[in-house]
Amino acid sequence: MIFDWALVQKSLPLLATGWVTTVKICSAAMVIGVVLGAGLGLMSLSRLAPARWFVTAYVDFIRGTPLLIQIFLVYFALPVIGINLPEFWAGVIALGLNAAGFIAEIVRAGVGSIEKGQAEAARSIGMRHGQILVHVLLPQSLRAVVPPTTNELITLVKGSALLSVISVYELTRAGQAIIAVHFAPFEIFLLIALYYYATVSALAWLSRWLERRLPTW
Amino acid sequence: MLLKAEGIRKAYGGRTVLHGASLEVAEGETIVVIGPSGSGKTTLLRCLNWLETPDAGTVSLRGETIGRDASGRLLPESVLARQRSRIGFVFQRFNLFAHLSALDNVAIGPQRVLGLSRDAARERARAELDRVHLATHVDKRPSQLSGGQQQRVAIARALAMKPELILFDEPTSALDPELVTEVVDVMRELAQARMTMVAVTHEMRFARAAADRVVFMDEGAVVETGSPDRIFDAPAQDRTKRFLAHLHE
Repeated sequence: MIFDWALVQKSLPLLATGWVTTVKICSAAMVIGVVLGAGLGLMSLSRLAPARWFVTAYVDFIRGTPLLIQIFLVYFALPVIGINLPEFWAGVIALGLNAAGFIAEIVRAGVGSIEKGQAEAARSIGMRHGQILVHVLLPQSLRAVVPPTTNELITLVKGSALLSVISVYELTRAGQAIIAVHFAPFEIFLLIALYYYATVSALAWLSRWLERRLPTW
Repeated sequence: MLLKAEGIRKAYGGRTVLHGASLEVAEGETIVVIGPSGSGKTTLLRCLNWLETPDAGTVSLRGETIGRDASGRLLPESVLARQRSRIGFVFQRFNLFAHLSALDNVAIGPQRVLGLSRDAARERARAELDRVHLATHVDKRPSQLSGGQQQRVAIARALAMKPELILFDEPTSALDPELVTEVVDVMRELAQARMTMVAVTHEMRFARAAADRVVFMDEGAVVETGSPDRIFDAPAQDRTKRFLAHLHE
């Protein structure tokens, strides 16, 4: 087998263009995922039962259906109800909604893992449910929440490859375009893999850096 | 009467823990609650500030019913929270906020619940930590303190709310024996200062020295009440006698 080094050289900048789109989409989706996920996580700890049911149903749906199908639903089903989104934003929203479901569950579990006596002590001095969450439970759950959340964000980056199916010109799609012309799938998919690997490694490094800076007690 | 609990009943699943227990606490009084394990002492104490919701019975603080309105409906959380803030509670396992320094553990209540400024809350916290002899440990995290020191921070946390009374749930039971004295000493100082206190404890020396009244509980009800000398030296009920005999074995 002949490894086409010339093509590899030529492809690097083309793939880089796709990679930039991947980074943009993932960054935007991460913001949605973290903000919405934290919000849903707090809702699942609410004293209002309907709020909790909503989150349970949402998390169940996200967990129970493939990401690929969720992407199709956002891209093809939303126009049916009158919402037309460019591929880029359909991708951002699909990935963001998906991550939010998992992050909601991480936040709920993280807060739930805090020893019961902490909330009791807070109640005994007259703190209210919301105050207990904000001042006692959430700060203590950070250490439990950050590692699984970065895991989820890494999954998001890898999942973004699926956006190639709705023609978002991201890293995978850019590679496929090169393959279609030059028919060198091994070289290109290997390059794509390296791009993803470097991106995920950077994210993992960032996560470890953040974890080291979290307080211990 | 400062605090009055009448006919408190509480069951978990099918198991009844309290069969209509009643207790009256006068202002400035120190009450020690004793009794065998499983007699419902802790549950009664937790019902007094509604950490547990009683199934029946009423608790009132200076005539104001806790947790329910006149027609028996549950009060909104905001009202219950304000009522709870008037009753201090010291836990067996301290339950200090693990992420906060000793100072912030004590200051958080005055700041977040009473609405003091951050500086005023911290100033009050310093004073209360000084009162429990921890002025030099204000910046330490709970994990850097001994059990006895943690429990004294917890007492300061309760004191900082300027409560009308403080409930102690076996405050020395989780401590190594050599650390019990420092906590008991603080409680005795509070009793001498006429802080109203209800303490569930096995510290009989504290009961003898500091209690105005001793309450003996068994099987979810108050069996008898009297001065420490009366209860310890001349108990009227057989169950009290048997419990005290076990204690002296």
